[in-house]
Amino acid sequence: MYKSLEEIVKVAEEEEKSFFEVILEDDCKERAISKEESIHQMREMYVAMKQADASYDAKLVSASGLVGCDGDKMRVAREKQDLVCGDFIGLVMEKALKMGESNACMKRIVAAPTAGSCGVLPAVLLSLEEKEHYTEEKMTEALFVAAGIGGVIANRAFLAGAAGGCQAEIGSASAMSAGAITYLKGGNNRQIIHASALALKSLLGLACDPVAGLVEVPCVKRNVIGAVNALTSSDMARAGIFSKIPPDEVIDAMRSIGRSMPASIRETGEGGLAATPTGLKVKENLKNF
Amino acid sequence: MNIMDIVGPVMVGPSSSHTAGAVKIGQISRKLLGEPVRQAEIYFHGSFLATGVGHGTDKALIAGLLGMAVDDINIPNSFEAAKKQNLLFSFQGIDLGDVHPNTVKMNLTGESGRKLEVVAASIGGGQIKICELDGLTANFCGDYPTLIVHNLDQPGHVTEVTSMLGHKSINIATMQLYRDSRGGNAVMVIECDQEVPEESIKWLEHLEGIKKVTYLSLEETECINH
Repeated sequence: MYKSLEEIVKVAEEEEKSFFEVILEDDCKERAISKEESIHQMREMYVAMKQADASYDAKLVSASGLVGCDGDKMRVAREKQDLVCGDFIGLVMEKALKMGESNACMKRIVAAPTAGSCGVLPAVLLSLEEKEHYTEEKMTEALFVAAGIGGVIANRAFLAGAAGGCQAEIGSASAMSAGAITYLKGGNNRQIIHASALALKSLLGLACDPVAGLVEVPCVKRNVIGAVNALTSSDMARAGIFSKIPPDEVIDAMRSIGRSMPASIRETGEGGLAATPTGLKVKENLKNF
Repeated sequence: MNIMDIVGPVMVGPSSSHTAGAVKIGQISRKLLGEPVRQAEIYFHGSFLATGVGHGTDKALIAGLLGMAVDDINIPNSFEAAKKQNLLFSFQGIDLGDVHPNTVKMNLTGESGRKLEVVAASIGGGQIKICELDGLTANFCGDYPTLIVHNLDQPGHVTEVTSMLGHKSINIATMQLYRDSRGGNAVMVIECDQEVPEESIKWLEHLEGIKKVTYLSLEETECINH
């Protein structure tokens, strides 16, 4: 996997390849597999995302009772056509909530990059596919773009809340999604990496403070902001608005912020929302065994 | 790590460490036992104890002991599956001291009566570590074919094992040695680049001073425990 977004763009320009091809060829080299095999595996990820979205159960509630049913409320609200955000953003919100809830309810999902942030990428990609009718090949290519960006973040910083807070999970998922959307919408390579940078910048510093240590509150709803933030960041980049701080430096900033975060807001369930009177009460009521 | 770990894996939620990692611990422990598990006494420590039920860690671990994969949609129903497959299990809390927060200790009994005590940790992102086997340090991740030899702490046993591997053209990826006291019980943990043949493991088992040989094969259904 690459260690720099600028390097991916450079390789793409020098070898006159698309962002997707650069990531694909790197994967083939790294794992000594054929292009067909790599593409097949990534397509399976996309198919699994679709299946996970389709198998949402509106009646399911998580074992703790904290989350469930909200994705369906969003669907109902969307059908009333009274959303300030409009139908498309409403659909993205609905899908993000559904996937986050499915994860909390022990259904099968695709960790992208993590289980807690599994709703962000499918929310934007599946909604865009429904709206613009891209082929599955094209959607698979977009997943390569997302994975390439996530790979750079993993190499330069981290993807786990325990390592760098929620910015590392929802922030990374949002950055990956912003790049993928920009690729789908025909943005150039510079726009792709700047869309990622803009998305990540807006979520820097986000704490990982899950109530009772569970991947439920606030994780499920944070998938919504990750997804919507990816859309706005992509639109900005494609409008020609760039990040004043270069994309690789934004990732480095995330690392340094994560390193200086106290353990209480790095997935320990001890600080932030988890430490509120209500958060503590929930934890007390869930004592196990 | 590769890009299919960034977008992926496909798994049953909600947590890579508390759910997918727990399934993996169960799977590898079952392989180490080398036969279907009939009885499992399970002790959860730290974060596994505090948030285990909320994350389905209990169901995930049983699913793994039954041989399910991390993306098996039947993981939430593993308790019912255990009943059908005659796996008796119990859960308790335990304080194992200064270990990883996501640690579990298990006393397993197989269908032939074989016993194995495992202490394992889920160290993040679905990665796991087997920390102890039968009370002695183990420290391996289950990503390689792994040979664990318990022997008396006497000269010559390391040579016996490594020459056998050499003769079989098996390359050693990593090797660790531990003992509880001078001349007492010792263990070698050897991660290999190739699978170790069953007859070589049987040969080792009969050597004087070798007390137990446990082998983790990555080839499905080829797990042996002597």
